[in-house]
Parts: sequence; structure tokens; C-alpha cells
Amino acid sequence: MTDLVQKEHLNFYQDKQGHKGIWAWLLSTDHKRIGLMYLYSIMIFFLVAVTLGFLMRLELIKPGKQFMEPETYNKLFTLHGVIMIFLFIIPGIPAIFGNFVLPLVLGAKDVAFPRLNLFSYYLYVLGALFALSTLVIGDGAADTGWTFYAPYSVKTGTNVSLSVLAAFILGFSSILTGLNFLTTIHRMRAPGMTWFKMPLFAWSTYATAWIQVLATPIIGITLLMIIAERFFGIGLFDPALGGDPVLYQHLFWIYSHPAVYIMILPGMGIISEIIPVFSRRRIYGYNAIAYSSLAIAFIGYFVWGHHMFTSGMSGPARIVFSLLTFLVAIPSAIKVFNWIATMYKGAIDLQPPMLFAMGFIFLFTIGGLTGLVLGALATDIHLHDTYFVVAHFHFVMFGGTGFAFIAALHYWFPKIYGKMYNIRRATTAFWIMITGFMLLYFPMFIAGFRGMPRRYYNLLPRFQIENFISTVGSWILITGLLLMIINLFIGARKGKKADKNPWKGLTLEWQTDSPPSLENFDEIPTVKEAPYNYKS
Amino acid sequence: MTLHRDDEASKMGMWIFLFTELLLFGGLFLVYSIYRYKNPQAFAHAGEELNVLIGTINTVVLITSSLTVALSITAIQKNKPKLAIGLIWLTIVFALVFMVNKYFEWGAKIEHGLFPGQEHYNTIEPGEKLFFFLYYFMTGLHGLHVLVGSVLLLFVITRIRQGRVTYDNFVFHENGGLYWHLVDLIWIFLFPLFYLIK
Repeated sequence: MTDLVQKEHLNFYQDKQGHKGIWAWLLSTDHKRIGLMYLYSIMIFFLVAVTLGFLMRLELIKPGKQFMEPETYNKLFTLHGVIMIFLFIIPGIPAIFGNFVLPLVLGAKDVAFPRLNLFSYYLYVLGALFALSTLVIGDGAADTGWTFYAPYSVKTGTNVSLSVLAAFILGFSSILTGLNFLTTIHRMRAPGMTWFKMPLFAWSTYATAWIQVLATPIIGITLLMIIAERFFGIGLFDPALGGDPVLYQHLFWIYSHPAVYIMILPGMGIISEIIPVFSRRRIYGYNAIAYSSLAIAFIGYFVWGHHMFTSGMSGPARIVFSLLTFLVAIPSAIKVFNWIATMYKGAIDLQPPMLFAMGFIFLFTIGGLTGLVLGALATDIHLHDTYFVVAHFHFVMFGGTGFAFIAALHYWFPKIYGKMYNIRRATTAFWIMITGFMLLYFPMFIAGFRGMPRRYYNLLPRFQIENFISTVGSWILITGLLLMIINLFIGARKGKKADKNPWKGLTLEWQTDSPPSLENFDEIPTVKEAPYNYKS
Repeated sequence: MTLHRDDEASKMGMWIFLFTELLLFGGLFLVYSIYRYKNPQAFAHAGEELNVLIGTINTVVLITSSLTVALSITAIQKNKPKLAIGLIWLTIVFALVFMVNKYFEWGAKIEHGLFPGQEHYNTIEPGEKLFFFLYYFMTGLHGLHVLVGSVLLLFVITRIRQGRVTYDNFVFHENGGLYWHLVDLIWIFLFPLFYLIK
């Protein structure tokens, strides 16, 4: 009996379940340990891809070749894309915070299938090793762009098969994670937590998981077809042999457009958690935010054609895809309005998570609105394949998801480590990062609008100013990023001990200890009220 | 950690997984329909090369195996583990018959030089090449699923023997059966698309 009592007071770091040393991590089926293993792996790959981006920016500092062959540049932007998309931003929030936080906010002991969860992690690692091995094996990393467009991807001598196989394995990992979360949300909510008493992070994870499950198989089979093409040369996507390269683009974007909602929806869920807590107000329009997640997931499935306005599509098809693209902006806007309305007359506390969340709203709004410029037919013809697209994408993905990810890191950090980072340093890092961000990506809108094409290692002299500012911005952004990481690293090791609810949050994860025990709650809580019930 | 059992969750997980399998093949069905629409004559002509008799036999074999796996689940629910094991073995035998047929069918095609890269294959027209590529790709992927399903059923047998699948805890068995029905279902669409449509 005394044994049991003692066990309850161990946190999940101390409770090794009978494993020794590193095995307590590698063999653990605990969702918190798996979430942290994802966190550390993903951060490493993220830094690799940041380095690649840094090098590309350096090459583009002024016209002419600086230090990189054109082929090298092609490989770098492909690997930068593959790592950022498949290794960082798609798994990022779901695999790290979905794993660590989702069972906590639901009041559950673990996810529905803990062993499957660990298996997904190892699939992720395997896929990552495949993706990185392309660097050193054979003819080097793929040079096709992360989209692997046929027929070039079938013909190039670089390691496309290995990269594609990596994406396939990572997709499988993503499907299994999604499947796990769907079942967890359906079956493991705490007693009394009805669907509409569920925190909004869980709602967005739920919508995301459906996209993961329903869209990923399409890319899986498409990538397998690319591999088969490379081995047998049938000409499935080669017009010379009766195939259709546009069909490849369709298949690719049938997955990859919904995939951008896999990337952004969990970020939106995090913002919906943070805004009410630091405004001390009940969230405005809970139902609208919950439903808009589902609406984004649903409509997001039918807009893929807008990637191919210039690839050869019938007029009516283009008009329909353009209209649907405008429709998908509505639920995103609903969320933004609701967040702002929540902050209105709130007692806003500008702690680092809130700063990053507000940074998200600012950057995501710019990214989202420029998305409409690209979704409109006439303007897209002008802006297609220019730096405008690059800028838009980085505003929504880095400014959106990236900032949400960092906000989440700062928000749940005391829960994960039981310690607190240095608030002032985190705030400084935020201001450096957002300054660097604007300098890095905003000039790309202008350069793109003035006709600078993307994916070239060189630039015309008339785009020099924009590119120089952009490159300097990349240095500032990376400085802020490093400061933030160092701050969190020091915080995790030597930070002051954190209270179990430092932000005065009302969701279930703040009711348990920091760090939580192995089974999360001493007693499974019963939910009576809707979340975010701040009496204001 | 306390052992947590939730049969509903397990079944739900399996159904979601089956959705993903359907979509995996869905991508191929999409490619098939687009290329059939673009090359109607070549597809009809190439389809005549396939052996309808073997295809029909395989269809009957696979549907029957779905029956035996369903019967095995009823058997375990009625607490007759020996009968259940016997029925699963029968299912696996059907699966083997299916794969042996498939082997001879593919073998005959390859003997005719109809595999990508072979001499005869290089002389047929592009539409027919696409047909044969899709034939190998789709039936090949399906065959892989037959093998995976059989291995899954072997695990069911082991678990019945170990007493981990019993009359009051048979969700693993049910999930194995569900997977097997999926394998059957996909074949029911593949069969007419390749063998019957003219």
C-alpha cells in the first residue's frame, strides 16, 4: 500500500515503468514521453531546415552567383521544403502538443492506442532518416521541389525515389497519429465533457485528424506511382507515352492542399486556448470556432485546383475552384474575428504566449488575405510561381503555424517541465523574431508582385533591394529564434519552479501537477462547466 | 499502467484504418477511370488478354473466404474456439488458392512478354501499356493486402490458442475479419474493371 502511495507522487519523468536509462524513453508508451521525443526530434530537423533556408537567403543577397551552384540551390530548396513540410510542420503541433496535451485537456490517462502511438513515432524517425540519407547517398538530394512534379521527378537522376519513400512513410505515421486522436477524442473524454464542453484545441485536433486520415492515403498512392514509374518507366505521367502530367498535379494537390489545413488548424486551436486565458474572458463564439474548424477541414478538401490555374484546366473548373477557395477563407476569418472579439474589453496580460498568439493573428491575417489574391483567377495568372507565393506561404505557415507552435511551447512549457523560462528574454526574442520576420518575408511580396520568379539561385539587378533586406531579415529572425531556444533550454534545466497553474487557465491540464504523474490525474476529473468560464 | 480495454475504440480505430485503405485504392481507381476515359479502345482491347475464367474462380474463392471468416467470428462468439480456428485456416487456404491462381495468371502474362520492359510490351500502344501497368499495380497491391490479411489471421489463430481471444473478448478477431472483408470488397471492384468491362 505504501508502495502505491509513493508511486502516485512521482512525476512522469521519475516513473520509468521499470526501464533503465534511455530505454525509459525509447520503449515508453506514455503519451507525454512520446510527445517529448517528437519535440526533440522535430526541433533538430527544424534547425537543419532553417540552416538550409539561411544558406539560400545568403546566396540571394545580391545578383550573380555567390557561392552555390544552381544545382545545389535546387537541392537545397527541395530539401528545405521536404523537411519543413513533412518533418516539421505537418507532424509538429499534432505529434508534439497533440500527444502531450490532448489527453490532458480531455482528462484522459493516455491516448486510445498507446503502443500504436510509439509505433507512429518510429515510423516518423524512419521516414526522417530516409529523407536525410538522400544527402549522402548516390546522386544527392532530390532537385524537384517538395512537390515532386512529374515528368521531371521521373527523369531526374537525383535521389527522388528515396525522398518520395520517406514522404510515404511519414504519411503513414501521420495517418496512424490521426487515427489515434480521433478514437481518443471519441472515446476518452472525461465524464461530463460533452462535445461542446471540449476545449477548442481538442476540436481543432479532431478536425485535423480527419484530414490526416482521409487525405494522406491519396498522396501515399501517388508517391508509390512515382516510384513505380521510376523503376518501370511506363509513362503514367509522361505525355510522350500517353500519360498526363496534370493528373499527377491533381493527385498531389488532392492531398497537399488539405495538408496545409493539417498544418494550420492545430495552430488555430492553440490560439483559441491562449487568447481567452490571457484576456481573462470567456471565448467569444465558442460554437462558431468549433464548427469553423470542421468547415475548414471539409471545404479545404475541394480547393486543390487553385494550385493549377496555369497548368491547363477548363474555364468552368477554374471558376469553381476559385469560388471554393474564397469560401474556405470565411471560416478562417470567423476565427480571427472571434479571437479579436474575445480580447475586446478583456484584461489582457502580455505574457510571452499571448505575444506570440497576437503575432500569429497579425501575420496570419496578412498571409490569409494575400492568399485570396492568389485564389482569384486574374491576379493569380500574374503572380503564379513568383515570390509573392513564397511570401504568402511563409506568412501563413511560419507566421501562422510557426508562431502558434512557439506560442504553444511558451504556454505549456511550465506544464511540461514544471519550471519557468525567463519571461523578459522570451519577450525580447519575440520582438526580434517578428522584426526579422517582417524584414525577411514582406519584401518578397513586393519582389514577387514586380515579377521575380521563385526557385532561382540568381536574381535580376532590379530586385536587389528587396532581396538584400530579405537576407538581412533572415539573420535577425535566426538571432531571435536562437535566443528563444537558448532561453527555453536554460529554463528547462535551471528555471524557477513553476506553479501548477501559472497562467490561471481553466482547462483540465492546469488542474494536475506540473509535470504530471504517469497517469496524468490522481482521480479522473468530472467536467460540469464549459471551458474558459471566466467570470467577467 | 492499468490495462485499459475499450472494444468500441478498437473497432472504431479499425474502421478508420479501413477508410484510409479505401482511399489508397481510391487514388488508383481515379487514375484508372481517367485513363480508361482517354483510351477506351486500347483498354477494351488489352482487357481481352485477361483470363476471365481464372478471374471468376478467384472472385468465388475470395467471396467464400469472406464467408468462412464471418463464420469463424460467430464460432468464437458461441465459445467454439476449435471450430473458429478451423474456419480461419480454411480462410487462409482460400487466400493461398487465390494467390496461386494469381501467380499463374501473372506468369502467363509475363511469358507473353506483357510486363513493362519486355520486348512485346514495348511494341503495344500507349493506352494498352497504361492498362497493363494499372493491372499489375492494382492487383499487385491487392495481392499484398491478401498476404497482410492472411498474416493478420495467423495472429488471430495464435491469440485464440493463447486464450487472449475468447467468446467474451473477440474484438481482435472481429478486426481481423473486417480487414479481410475489405480485401474482398476491393477485389469485387477490381474484377469487373479489369476482366469484364469490354
